[in-house]
Amino acid sequence: MTKREMTCIICPMGCSLTVELEGEEVKSISGNTCKRGAAYAQAEVTRPQRTVTSTMRCDNGEVLSVKTDRPIPKSKVMDCMALINAHTAKLPVAIGEVLLRDVFGSNIIATENRER
Amino acid sequence: MTDLVIIGGGPAGMSAAVAAYENGIRDILILERDGQLGGILQQCIHNGFGLHRFGEELTGPEYAWRYEKQVRELGIPVKLNTMVLSVSPERLITATNEEEGIFTIEAGAIILAMGCRERPRGALNIPGTRPAGIYSAGTAQKLVNRKGYLPGKNVVILGSGDIGLIMARRMTLEGARVKAVCELMPYSGGLARNIEQCLNDFDIPLKLSHTVVDIHGDKRLEGVTIARVDENRRPIEETREYIPCDTLLLSVGLIPENELSLQAGIRMDAVTGGALVDQDRQTSAPGIFACGNVLHVHDLVDFVSDEAAIAGESAAEFIRFIREETGEGRGAYAEPDIPAQTDISITTDGKIRYTVPQRITRRRDITLFFRVADRYRNVKIHIISDGKTIHSVRRPKAAPGEMESIPLKAALLEGVTGLRLELEELG
Repeated sequence: MTKREMTCIICPMGCSLTVELEGEEVKSISGNTCKRGAAYAQAEVTRPQRTVTSTMRCDNGEVLSVKTDRPIPKSKVMDCMALINAHTAKLPVAIGEVLLRDVFGSNIIATENRER
Repeated sequence: MTDLVIIGGGPAGMSAAVAAYENGIRDILILERDGQLGGILQQCIHNGFGLHRFGEELTGPEYAWRYEKQVRELGIPVKLNTMVLSVSPERLITATNEEEGIFTIEAGAIILAMGCRERPRGALNIPGTRPAGIYSAGTAQKLVNRKGYLPGKNVVILGSGDIGLIMARRMTLEGARVKAVCELMPYSGGLARNIEQCLNDFDIPLKLSHTVVDIHGDKRLEGVTIARVDENRRPIEETREYIPCDTLLLSVGLIPENELSLQAGIRMDAVTGGALVDQDRQTSAPGIFACGNVLHVHDLVDFVSDEAAIAGESAAEFIRFIREETGEGRGAYAEPDIPAQTDISITTDGKIRYTVPQRITRRRDITLFFRVADRYRNVKIHIISDGKTIHSVRRPKAAPGEMESIPLKAALLEGVTGLRLELEELG
C-alpha cells in the first residue's frame, strides 16, 4: 500500500487529500470535503488533467485570452501551448468561439470578445 | 446631478451598479479610468473565478463579461478613459477625460470601487542596483496577457501571493524558466491550490523563510542574492546564495487605492488600509459607500461581487431616503443620513487582525468578514458582547491568506452595544 498526499485544485478551499493506492488501484481517498474532490484525487493518481489558459496572437497583432474548453492530459500541457502559439485568431472573435478544434480532446475557445 | 456615481468599473463597480439598478435606481453613472470595463480581471486570464457566484469555473475575462453584459443590457451609462481627480464629503466629484476636459458631477450617493495596487520595490528596502528587469507581478501579468510581451527568460519571484504563483506558471508556459519563488514568511500567502497547480506542476521551488538581499546588474538585471531569514525575519549571512536571472517579479502585497477616500475626509482603518464601514458598507461620510479591494483586499472575486451588491443595495436605499426627506431631487448637500438604530463597534484580539464591517448601525442579518494574523489549526472564534460569548464557530484551520466569514442574525444583536472577536486555540 502506498500513500499519496496532494492539494485539491478544484476550488479555493484547497483541501489536503490523501490517496491510498495498491499498485495502480485506488483503495481509499480521504481529506476531501466534496464529491468533486474525490473525483479529482482519483483522476490525479490515474490520469492527471489540467485546463490550459493562455493567449493567442490575433491577425492585428494583439493578443486574445483563450482556454481549453475541458481539461486535457497534464503531460500534454506544453504541447497544447505550442499549438496555441502556432495559431493566429482571425478577428472579430466572440467570447466562447472555437478557435482551434481537437486539441488533445478539447477545443481552444476565446474567453473574451475582440472587435476587428 | 446624478443619483448614483460609481468610481471604478471593475468587478466591484459593475456588481454595485447592477445591484443598485435592481433596487430601483435608474440614474447611475460608472466612471472608469481604463479604456474597458473589467478592471484587473482583464489580465487575470487564468481560471478559478466564479465557483461561489456562478457554480462554475470561469477565467477572469469570462467572469467580467458576465457583469459587463448585464451593465450593457440594463443600459447603465459608463464613461471610460475617465479619471476621477477628487471627491468631496458633500459628494461633489471632479473628473477628467479627453472629450470633456475637467468636469464636476453632483452625486446623490457615491460608491468607491477603485480597487487596489501592488506594493512596489521602493516599499521593500532591497539593497543593490536599479537595473531594468524588475517588475511587480501584476505589471508582468499585463505585459504577457494583454500586450503579448514576455518580459524575461530567467525569472526569480519574490513573494508567494497568488499573483506571484499565477505568474510563475504563466511565464513557464510561455517558455521562461522560473528558478525560485522566495517567501519571507514560513508559509505562503497564496491559496494552497495555486502552490499545487502553479509551482508543483512545474517543479518550481518554493523557498519559504527566504528573501532577496541583493540585486545585481548595471543596465539589465544579472542576478539576485537570496538568503534564509531567522524567526525575526533577519537574513542569515551564511545562507546567502547567488541566482543568475534577468527578471525579478515582486508579489509582495496589495494596497487599497484610497487617495480619493482620504481627500473626502473618510475615516480609515489602519489595518485594512480601507475605509471604516458599517454593515451597509457606508463610510463615515453619509452617502459614500465603499466595496471590493478598495475597502479591503479580497482573495476571491466572488466575495467582491457579493460585497459590492450590498453597497449597491444600500446606496439605493440611501437615495430613496434622501428623496423622501427632501421632496424631489437632493436640494442642498447636507441631507441627513438614515438615522442609526444603534452603534455597535467591533473590536478584535490581535489574533484576528480585522473585521469588515467594523461597526453596526442597524440590526439586520449580516456576515462578518475577517482575517487572522497567523496560521492556526483547530480554532474556535468567539463573538463576545459584554464579556459573554453570544455566538461561536469552529474552524479546522485558519490562515492569513484566506478570508473567513461568520453570518450573524439580526436577533443576536438585540441589546448589544459592542462586539469583540476572539480566537481560541483548541490545540
